[in-house]
Amino acid sequence: MKTIIDMQEITKSYFIGHPNEFKALNDVNIRIGEGEFVAVIGESGSGKSTLMNIMGALDRPTEGKYYLDGIDVGQEKDHALSGIRNRKIGFVFQTFNLIPRMSALRNVELPMAYARVPGRRRAERARQLLEIVGMKDRMSHQPNELSGGQKQRVAIARAMANNPAIILADEPTGALDSTTGHLVMDIFHKLHEEEGKTIILITHSRELAGETERIITLRDGAVIAELAGSGKQGRTA
Amino acid sequence: MNLVENVRLAFASLFANKMRAILTMLGIIIGIGSVIGIMTMGDSLSGYMSSTMQDMGTNNVTISIQERTENDRRAGAGNREMQMSQQMLAQMMGGQTTLTEKDLITEAMLANVREKFNDIIDFISVSNSVGSGSTTDGRKYANLSLMGVSVDYVEANNIDMKAGQFIGERDISGSKKVAVVSDKLVEKMFGQADPLGKQIFLSTDTHSGTYTIVGVYWYSQDMMSISISSDNNLSTNVYIPLSTANKITGSDGSQSVTIVTKAGSDSAAFADDVANYFNDIFYVRNQDFRISAFSMESMLESMTEMLATLQIAISAIAAISLLVGGIGVMNIMLVSITERTREIGTRKALGATNGEIRTQFIIEAVIICLVGGLIGIAAGIGLGAIGASLLGFPAHASVFAILLASGFSTVIGLFFGYYPANKAAKMDPIDALRYE
Repeated sequence: MKTIIDMQEITKSYFIGHPNEFKALNDVNIRIGEGEFVAVIGESGSGKSTLMNIMGALDRPTEGKYYLDGIDVGQEKDHALSGIRNRKIGFVFQTFNLIPRMSALRNVELPMAYARVPGRRRAERARQLLEIVGMKDRMSHQPNELSGGQKQRVAIARAMANNPAIILADEPTGALDSTTGHLVMDIFHKLHEEEGKTIILITHSRELAGETERIITLRDGAVIAELAGSGKQGRTA
Repeated sequence: MNLVENVRLAFASLFANKMRAILTMLGIIIGIGSVIGIMTMGDSLSGYMSSTMQDMGTNNVTISIQERTENDRRAGAGNREMQMSQQMLAQMMGGQTTLTEKDLITEAMLANVREKFNDIIDFISVSNSVGSGSTTDGRKYANLSLMGVSVDYVEANNIDMKAGQFIGERDISGSKKVAVVSDKLVEKMFGQADPLGKQIFLSTDTHSGTYTIVGVYWYSQDMMSISISSDNNLSTNVYIPLSTANKITGSDGSQSVTIVTKAGSDSAAFADDVANYFNDIFYVRNQDFRISAFSMESMLESMTEMLATLQIAISAIAAISLLVGGIGVMNIMLVSITERTREIGTRKALGATNGEIRTQFIIEAVIICLVGGLIGIAAGIGLGAIGASLLGFPAHASVFAILLASGFSTVIGLFFGYYPANKAAKMDPIDALRYE
């Protein structure tokens, strides 16, 4: 199995040289293979967000090496990081973060626009993706005309736009009721099973994490456990 | 992310905050609007002036008799503007010396000048004003101004004949009682009937007589009658032979003469030469009067210059309004960027580079300024046209001013949009995503 994420001895320190210096991540090693569905769980303050920021190429580690799909992300310049985020990573946020005043279709097109995909191909792909997430009928709706679950489905379609190496979902069901949350999780399962996507789910919910194949537990900035999950069948409610 | 998408995005965010956008644009609208308004009015005025003067002939040099000032009497020739202003002062103070027959410009002088400057002078037009008066047939009535003219007057003043002939050599040599009248006068007095050969009774304060109409010219409104004219009491010129007029006024000389120079000659330089010639030869012993000459060309130039200076001064004031408007745009862009922090974070997470974020917000600022500028241009042309029509001359939008204003609003957008856009571009994506 091809390795997509390879984090070696990643440390992230804040307030370096100050008396209140602390390590949000301390010597973290994580390897994730292509097509895996992995959950990262931990209490708040465990270093989850910091890990996600580094994994998502939004931030750089203080020490250690991070290879994403073979690229050394570690110390790239801002401009290069933008390109990596654009082509290699699909973000799904807790708060959906759709751009207001832009239709669902245009929101899905946005990452492709930044990747300079020609307009026609962009629209075509965006339509296909919205169909996959079941939002074909509401393509021209603006975010404020969509429900939470619908917004998140559009956001997932947007994350898939440039066919990224990983989908990085940060508490994707956190703002949704459990029924809608399950629907959103179903889409992740579908993408994982049918499209073979590598999905990393960051959550504080053990229940949600149980639905994935592997659960990485963080505490105080370090990986304390790696357990196998039970997959979709493990859903409790 | 290309330009078209950025522009569409910018319009979308303008429409999302219509009231705010309009208030932001107001500074730009007022600034651009006032510049364009002033420019339109100025251009209309100068366009009108030059076309009127073109009608009067740019090759014309007007020779007239002017009273000598004290300064003049002592020091001889001096600075012309100073002389003119001193003369005006002297006139205001009532110290005017009466013009007598010996002071006038005579035929003999003109013959001499014509010989001397033969290669420059095309023809000389002489006129003698009899006075203003009216004509009536008992029922109908028209105002007029009676003028004795030489044959060349028709050429020198670009008079356009509608029917018949202008005053000819024979009319002058025979001091005939013939008249050339305007189409307006004909319309009033004769209606549709053919006026040629008809008798007309003309009367002024000092003279009255019956004349035969030999010609009709097209009336054209000139500078002097811009605001006084209304069709009802319009006063038009009635031309009679110079010799006939001279008999009425009992004078053989003229107070003012128009010399038309040949095409391509320097009429401004000729004006100075001919004035000096007159003053050196004919007026050197005249204690009270001297000759001054000015060309239409130099008059037009100095008027245009004056107008341009005025326009620049007003534009400078409008530039201050644009500066204030630009600061308003910058302020709103800073507010907008703060409001849209999370959007900026999201865009960065989706792969927008700093440059792309910067471009997006600069274009938004430019669009605000450009839309404001276009509204300002439209408002300015409207106001300028209203102003021009109130003053009674045809409106004429300044293309140069429109281009300048559009360019200037773009520059304001770029300049005042850069700082906020750069601030947006430099936001840390993590902080921006977390912004509440």
